[in-house]
Amino acid sequence: MKATCWYGKRDMRVEDVPDPKILNQRDAIVKISSTAICGSDLHLYNGFMPTMERGDILGHEFMGEVVEVGGGVKNLKAGDRVVTAFPISCGNCFFCQQEMFSLCENSNPNAWMAEKLFGHSPCGIFGYSHLTGGFAGGQAEYARVPFADVGTIKIPEGMADEQVLFLSDIFPTGYMGAEMCDIKPGDTVAVWGCGPVGQFSIRSAFLLGAERVVAIDRFPERLRMAEGGGAVTINYEESNVYEALMEMTGGRGPDSCIDAVGMEAHGAGATYMYDRLKQAMMLESDRPIALREAIMCCRNGGTVSVIGVYGGFIDKFPMGSVMNRSLTIKTGQCHVQRYMKPLLERIQKGEIDPSFVITHPMKLEDAPRGYKIFSDKEDDCIKIVLKP
Amino acid sequence: MATGTKRQKAAARRVGEQADDGHLTHRPLARLGELLPRSRGANEGAARRVRSAEGNGEALARGLGWFSIGLGLAEVAAPRAIAKIVGVRGGDDNNLLIRALGLREMAHGVAILTRRRPAAAVWSRVAGDAIDLACLGAAYASPDSDKRRVTFATVNVLAVAALDVLCARQLSARGDDGGEWAGARLTNSLVINRAPEELYQRWRDFESLPAFMHHLESVRVTGEARSHWVAKAPAGASVEWDAEITEDRPGELIAWRSLEGADVYNAGLVRFEPAAGNRGTIVTVEIKYDPPGGLIGADIAKLFGEDPSQQVKADLRRFKQLVETGEVVVSDATLRGTGLTEQRPAQPAGGEGGR
Repeated sequence: MKATCWYGKRDMRVEDVPDPKILNQRDAIVKISSTAICGSDLHLYNGFMPTMERGDILGHEFMGEVVEVGGGVKNLKAGDRVVTAFPISCGNCFFCQQEMFSLCENSNPNAWMAEKLFGHSPCGIFGYSHLTGGFAGGQAEYARVPFADVGTIKIPEGMADEQVLFLSDIFPTGYMGAEMCDIKPGDTVAVWGCGPVGQFSIRSAFLLGAERVVAIDRFPERLRMAEGGGAVTINYEESNVYEALMEMTGGRGPDSCIDAVGMEAHGAGATYMYDRLKQAMMLESDRPIALREAIMCCRNGGTVSVIGVYGGFIDKFPMGSVMNRSLTIKTGQCHVQRYMKPLLERIQKGEIDPSFVITHPMKLEDAPRGYKIFSDKEDDCIKIVLKP
Repeated sequence: MATGTKRQKAAARRVGEQADDGHLTHRPLARLGELLPRSRGANEGAARRVRSAEGNGEALARGLGWFSIGLGLAEVAAPRAIAKIVGVRGGDDNNLLIRALGLREMAHGVAILTRRRPAAAVWSRVAGDAIDLACLGAAYASPDSDKRRVTFATVNVLAVAALDVLCARQLSARGDDGGEWAGARLTNSLVINRAPEELYQRWRDFESLPAFMHHLESVRVTGEARSHWVAKAPAGASVEWDAEITEDRPGELIAWRSLEGADVYNAGLVRFEPAAGNRGTIVTVEIKYDPPGGLIGADIAKLFGEDPSQQVKADLRRFKQLVETGEVVVSDATLRGTGLTEQRPAQPAGGEGGR
């Protein structure tokens, strides 16, 4: 089969590799109909994630038709059309039983690697370095889905791939970012980053009752899409984010702030140069520019919700601001399995159509070019969907 | 009060007796040390427990630690004065030597004062004393030295060395060097979402252990309490031994040890204790073995990714997967194992198939 393989920093290749097969009883093999490049794949593409191996198949947002199931999968059969969740979760452990699926204790065979870096291991993830298990990803023609009985949702007839594909990651992730804000009627929510996840956070914040959403980015096309979702926008290259937010909120600050940017943040001014330099010198692994700003802007007693991906260590973290102003920080890789069903229902009811975010439908063979234009924000690229 | 009770419990565990405070929720569990045979042929000397009369080596150790730092500072800062006291010529060569001895002396001191278990550090002082005595011997033989002063210094070093040996023996007797065991000792634990009884049953079925203990090739039960084990060794070799169960408490604990004639002497213990708040069971494994090539061999093996402590944790994790999810989870990259060196690109494995 054809698969998108990582060969080093900014070196992706579509290659012929063996077809996957059932290795565990609770596996399913899925023939992929649609798959996407995620913003978090760019961290791998740009070489910011450790423990990558040449030849690793990437991709954790995919859907398709079940072609084979292992003996332990009772709720699926060949022919079912499914979307898969990016966290691989057993459904049996302490965390899965509390619906904290991305913390599954059993799905990462390389947990010891993650323990060295993080203290404890998160779940296994498709195509996302060996730190999270070394599972082959889904930017391919077929994928093996471990714990398929827990990690898939069946899609009813009549719904297009484009409507449901993002149940695999970015819609639930954006939604969880808004949900962690514990939004009350009348709230103002500020969202840093108008990439695909930020776009879903903006719309989810409204679904959850926000009065006003402020979206922060620097790319006009992304800000336009945010406006399309009802947000007021700030271009951080044109105005001072803190001042603009204080002006909008009478000096109090947004009730909650969502960091949908993560470790490769860009920014204006001296702190950005400082972080670029430290990162280049390997003195910090992540650039927390958006996170710092979100903390400083958030109103007293507010919530900072972090769904942008961080990989290691950050510098100049404003803990004094967090502590003295009673801020709450909530974060996590999305517990996708918890949200797939309720969000599918919202799509079915017409409350949201996730296909709005797609700007570039492409062929699987074009994945290397897709990575490049997505990473470099060329051609107004926001979201790429690949068809095998 | 609470501390006293804790100490009593710890003491009771150590000797494998029931503490008489009536507050124990479960029976104290035997320590692995108690399950080991007292004599083990070639290793007997190293494994022999040094027993001494009542005496707390800790205060003495602290004193020796500070003495080391003080003497070391003096040697580094004023080598000329030290040379005069011990009666040797104060040339550049000797100053350098005395400064080096001073640095070593300070290292002993810091090690003794900063380690939770200072026994090894105090033993290192004994080795240091031997070096000092060798230097003094050389000084005595030198025509330039003041024999009277060298003799005086030697008597002093001998006196301190006696204190060092006394202190080190006391600390070792208290088990501060990790007990009597001279080989490698591994321990690890993990919470599993099942009742202790069920986990005990799964583990007690020795022949199924290789399913999650990847370094084992096979286990065959050969009698009521006896079994034959075959394990993988580095470089494709294998080691074998017969083992016997030394303690078996259903739902609580299983302990075993290898019998006479084992390729690698080893003993193990697994404990099943209910986790706080009924959140599953804490499974703790302790393994002791004589690594081929000794402890240095074990350290070298670690450099090549064969860290046994990591293996015990990985075994426990696979046991948890097996019990909680029904089987051991494999990813495309871990088809050959989960060590760093075994990783292969995360691609489906062509003709290789599963494990």
